Amino acid sequence: MEDRTLIRGGRVIDPANDVDRVCDVLIERGRIAAVGEGLPAEGARVIDAAGRVVAPGFVDMHCHLRDPGLEYKEDIGSGTRAAARGGFTSVCCMPNTRPVNDCAAVTRYIIEKAATQGSGVHVYPIGAVSKGLQGVEMAEIGRMREAGIVGISDDGSPVANSNLFRLAMQYADRFGLFILSHSEDKSLVADGVMNEGLVSTRLGLPGITRAAEEVMIARDILVAEAEGKRVHLCHVSTRGGVQLVREAKARGVRVSAETTPHYIAATDEWVEGYDTRCRVNPPLREEADRLALIEGLRDGTIDAIATDHAPHHADEKRVEFALAASGISGFETAFSVCNTALVRSGAMTLSQMIEKMSAVPARLLSLPGGSLAVGEAADIVLLDPDAEITVDASRFASKGKNTPFDGKPYVGKVCATLAGGRVIYDEEGAYAG
Amino acid sequence: MSMARKDLLGLRGVSREEIAEILDTALTMRKVVRSSNKKTAHLQGKSIVTLFYENSTRTRMSFELASKYMSAASANISASASSVQKGETLIDTGVTLDQMGTDVIIIRHPMSGVPALLAQNVRAHVINAGDGMNEHPTQALLDMMTMREHLGGLEGAKVAICGDVSHSRVARSNIYGLTAMGASVVLCAPPTLMPVRIDELGCTVAPTIEDACEGADVVMGLRIQRERQQKGLFPSVAEYCDHWEITPARLALAKPHALVMHPGPMNRGVEIASSAADSPQSVIAQQVESGVSVRMALLYLLTRREG
Repeated sequence: MEDRTLIRGGRVIDPANDVDRVCDVLIERGRIAAVGEGLPAEGARVIDAAGRVVAPGFVDMHCHLRDPGLEYKEDIGSGTRAAARGGFTSVCCMPNTRPVNDCAAVTRYIIEKAATQGSGVHVYPIGAVSKGLQGVEMAEIGRMREAGIVGISDDGSPVANSNLFRLAMQYADRFGLFILSHSEDKSLVADGVMNEGLVSTRLGLPGITRAAEEVMIARDILVAEAEGKRVHLCHVSTRGGVQLVREAKARGVRVSAETTPHYIAATDEWVEGYDTRCRVNPPLREEADRLALIEGLRDGTIDAIATDHAPHHADEKRVEFALAASGISGFETAFSVCNTALVRSGAMTLSQMIEKMSAVPARLLSLPGGSLAVGEAADIVLLDPDAEITVDASRFASKGKNTPFDGKPYVGKVCATLAGGRVIYDEEGAYAG
Repeated sequence: MSMARKDLLGLRGVSREEIAEILDTALTMRKVVRSSNKKTAHLQGKSIVTLFYENSTRTRMSFELASKYMSAASANISASASSVQKGETLIDTGVTLDQMGTDVIIIRHPMSGVPALLAQNVRAHVINAGDGMNEHPTQALLDMMTMREHLGGLEGAKVAICGDVSHSRVARSNIYGLTAMGASVVLCAPPTLMPVRIDELGCTVAPTIEDACEGADVVMGLRIQRERQQKGLFPSVAEYCDHWEITPARLALAKPHALVMHPGPMNRGVEIASSAADSPQSVIAQQVESGVSVRMALLYLLTRREG
């Protein structure tokens, strides 16, 4: 039979279907055809997955592909190759491009370019809440929806006007969309460039109070609660933020939340030496925040792990700390960093972590993927959770080499990535062909 | 003990021995400053550049005279008159100076951490002449030199620092330097001008200026920029003075011959009353003299190891 692939003998972890056992996965015409022991190999290309974990490809609900307009930082080709190297099979790209993805034409451009020049990773654009991210007039959410957006966000330029936020929430709901909110009160950020705490005092850098994030998390939750609508909170970074979400969920607010690998693996101590690779927004917080985020992931308060992959040109980081661009290139370290910080540390099982990187974000945004159920697209990642690696940003497929994890040791690596049954990344060259 | 560092970026982490060496050397250098023939050969053949991205009178002049007194070739670059205005990056500017054979780059910059960034990218020695809200190590060294002379030593001295601590690189350098030398530092400022958790740097925070001055050996004022009021950090200069100005009455709470200090430039009638600044206890003028001596000492010690 044409186009059959058998992934044989791996440890299949499929949290959406409560699977965690050594068995085979049979792919036919790009879809999962069977999961079980001793599946027939006749006519199939065989991928030997012994010693590997076979899991649903990761789904990133928050990244920046920088295309159109900022291709010197990243483009859809390099970004999706980087995503494939990170084990991602679906990524949602934020609208703060040039021009902003605030109309259907830009949405279509992104989708078409991903289809023609992408690595095979599925790209789902997120549209702007407001035209030009200006926070004044609502963007054409309905038309963008028809063109293919899966959510709306003014990421990086949060909607300060609470009434616009409320109206957009109401309006988007009609189209089955909700806001992914970058919760930040810019007036409280003021001229801050890092977390306000002992380290900012020590370095003499203007600090950002946690209240800048928490005030807006609270607002977002309260508006969603009053409207009975959904809201998703991006990159939660503070222990107070976790607690606000926990309390909101307990009283039934339709809120979901993500955090990122860097908030669960790094702290503001890393900024020492004015390391611009650690400049990110929201800023790296303190150990108590890091632990609270891990606890939030454990108890379900924080639903998902997203990368907030934010590639920048080297020139934008080789400058004064206060002038450095904010963001971390995150696709290609996400699994290793999370596996080390969450699984190796004993905070959760590998299956739980995989769920937060695939099944949960897919479900939140109603995307295909995140599951190895029969009939699903064969979006699959092969992992070696025990491999000891050292991050080498110079080898990233991403144009953005900006990561504070560069040169550091982690445990776990992505061995191969399949999208629609096709091998789109193959670390050792063992599976392609 | 002899100075082995390439750069002086701050006093954080600088040992008591290193500070003592600089202060001791500065005493020797002061003889040159006070002599009628202000010329030594210590820096003969060395090239020293001041790279200032902020205005400065005393710090810049003091470094320049220190260089000239010791026979260095010195040059000045100010941001407004350089290619910085054409968009050149800091690292490119630094590399350019390096290629011109500069031995020491003295940098002042409005952003914290910039001297560190420069130092990582140039061969030349880098001296921090003030970076943002981070450090101003030579100011603290000259302050300590002045205090040491009048108090006989720094061990056990109580130094009250009052004013805009939040934006003050002078405060941070003095906290690091004075605590390393065994002095105690007590800070006082409106809550909006006090950085979080600063007590964890080894100093204490006084609730009122009266508490800060009580029994102090030194009372140091820090400049209050008028724009801080406009940014909403305190309501008015008048109200600031009511609660935080260094006045003769508050000074009376300190030890009988406590020193009055200020890094300058002063806002008379804001953070310090003229009657305090001009009192017999004031050593503000002498701080300036110490500044030249300390900078001579530092330039000498940093460049000496190359012979």
